[in-house]
Amino acid sequence: MDYQNRGTGAKRIPGTRGKGVPLVSASGPAEYVPGHQEGPVQLTSMADMLQWAQNWARSRSVWPLGYGLACCAIEMMASASAAQYDLARFGSEVFRSSPRQADLMIVAGTVCVKMGPRLRLLWEQMPDPKWVLSMGQCANSGGEFFDSYYTVQGVDTIVPVDVYVPGCPPRPEQLIEGILKLREKILKQGLSIQGEDPFAE
Amino acid sequence: MATDYNRLDTSANVHTAESAEGIRSEEMLLNMGPQHPSTHGVLRLILTLQGETIIECTPVIGYLHRGMEKIFENRTLMQGIRYTDNSDYLSPMLCEIAYAGAAEQLMGLEIPRRAQYIRLLVGELQRIASHLVAVGTYLLDVGAFTPILWTFTAREGIMELFEALAGSRFTVNYMRVGGVLHDFPKGWLRQCEAWLDNFEKRLDELNILINGNEIFQARTQGVGFIDPQQAIAYGLTGPMLRASGVNWDLRVNRPYMAYREVAVNPVVLQEGDCYARNDVRMREMAESARLCRVAIDRMPAGPISVRVPIALRPQRGETYFAIENPRGEYGFYLISDGSEYPWRAKMRAPSFVNLQILPELLRGHKMSDAVAIIGSTDVVLGCVDR
Repeated sequence: MDYQNRGTGAKRIPGTRGKGVPLVSASGPAEYVPGHQEGPVQLTSMADMLQWAQNWARSRSVWPLGYGLACCAIEMMASASAAQYDLARFGSEVFRSSPRQADLMIVAGTVCVKMGPRLRLLWEQMPDPKWVLSMGQCANSGGEFFDSYYTVQGVDTIVPVDVYVPGCPPRPEQLIEGILKLREKILKQGLSIQGEDPFAE
Repeated sequence: MATDYNRLDTSANVHTAESAEGIRSEEMLLNMGPQHPSTHGVLRLILTLQGETIIECTPVIGYLHRGMEKIFENRTLMQGIRYTDNSDYLSPMLCEIAYAGAAEQLMGLEIPRRAQYIRLLVGELQRIASHLVAVGTYLLDVGAFTPILWTFTAREGIMELFEALAGSRFTVNYMRVGGVLHDFPKGWLRQCEAWLDNFEKRLDELNILINGNEIFQARTQGVGFIDPQQAIAYGLTGPMLRASGVNWDLRVNRPYMAYREVAVNPVVLQEGDCYARNDVRMREMAESARLCRVAIDRMPAGPISVRVPIALRPQRGETYFAIENPRGEYGFYLISDGSEYPWRAKMRAPSFVNLQILPELLRGHKMSDAVAIIGSTDVVLGCVDR
């Protein structure tokens, strides 16, 4: 990490305005420049081209499973339905009701102990490739119900989570940012089924 | 017939029945599971169907139980106000008013008039927001896609107003024991009036779109009839009660805070079916808009809160304070033992009580009517399960 440049804000590689930038992944918050992770790719081999095509298509058409549990569900509906935050323009055209037809499970709301096994069952019913976005504090880590006798302290104890969106509830813009981060993550996946480490060299 | 609550898949029971036409049909157990697009949250219904007709319905709740009432016992009164936002998450401002009002009633505090009118104003705005969600999602369940887009877009204006006022779109944490937290920022009241002007036009459009729609009328008129005696016997409150002809609105019959000075015209309809319940909500939105204007006109000057000590220790005792939620009577029964933490804070949740009529109501209806009826009860599972 470049400690001298830490905290200077948006870092641009000089001379690249409007041109392609290499596909680098941020290794820390100091290097996160929104929007620069999706630069033009350099496709060198057939495998690269296949991987890019597959991931490009998958990332642009993520269909969420309608799994709203509590208050975050209202913000999820607002981000999908309100005209300012239309989620359909990012590819999430429909919220599928059946897990068999969905790619992304947005866990929006508190997961309580009674709901835990149902959550796992729904996740197992989703076909590969699938991703999980944990929305809100209750899904991330238990949230304000940290000392309750009946809440699961974070859904990552039940299902593997790809993106965490903090907030209580996260604004629709935050959820959209989470979906964009998921898009970046999908672009870096390998050709095999999900589970491969995207950052392995 | 004992119902097995752990069955998740459909299966045919061996009971065969002879119907009037001599057709033998089997009873089928259908699970409208906790994950369902139309159950308005994590409600599970175990339906016993005979063909397409529902003959028995068992609601199973508890999929969102977070132990809120136990949590209240471990938080001070001011900390506890935040948790009421998550109970009925479509109307957090009003839920906070109930908890803060219960504490004030226990301590014998009379909040300043400006605080009362601010609470009325934001409460009515919150009621409009909640009814917008209720109407939008109900129409989505019934099959229309446009109204939810319109209602959520209209609701964004209220969310912006709340964000400017309280800092958050809907987990607002705005009420305090003794008053409210902030006064209006500069220009907030003007923005509120501008939004109300715009909203009244949107409401007219929504009325034309929804109430005149033949498919909606065919789907909801005559469906899910509740007669007034049944409604009172089940303890229903809110639009479910007023749509059956019972004139009971806590803002009128048990006025509290600024409702003692501002008159509310309750919306009462006689039909008692799903169409009437939806119509009550739409008319209540117009009534709430009128009340907001009255509150803005009559907003008194003055302090927004009384000085209360930081460590609030109400005296020993118990009290019950209820407000009119968009779903009905939302109240808190607060028992205090003299310390900062309440001994018991019981939430009287309107959706919990309103849900109890569901087995009775669904019997005899078809499967698609079930969706229309559940939507018209406007249950919020955060309120049911706490």
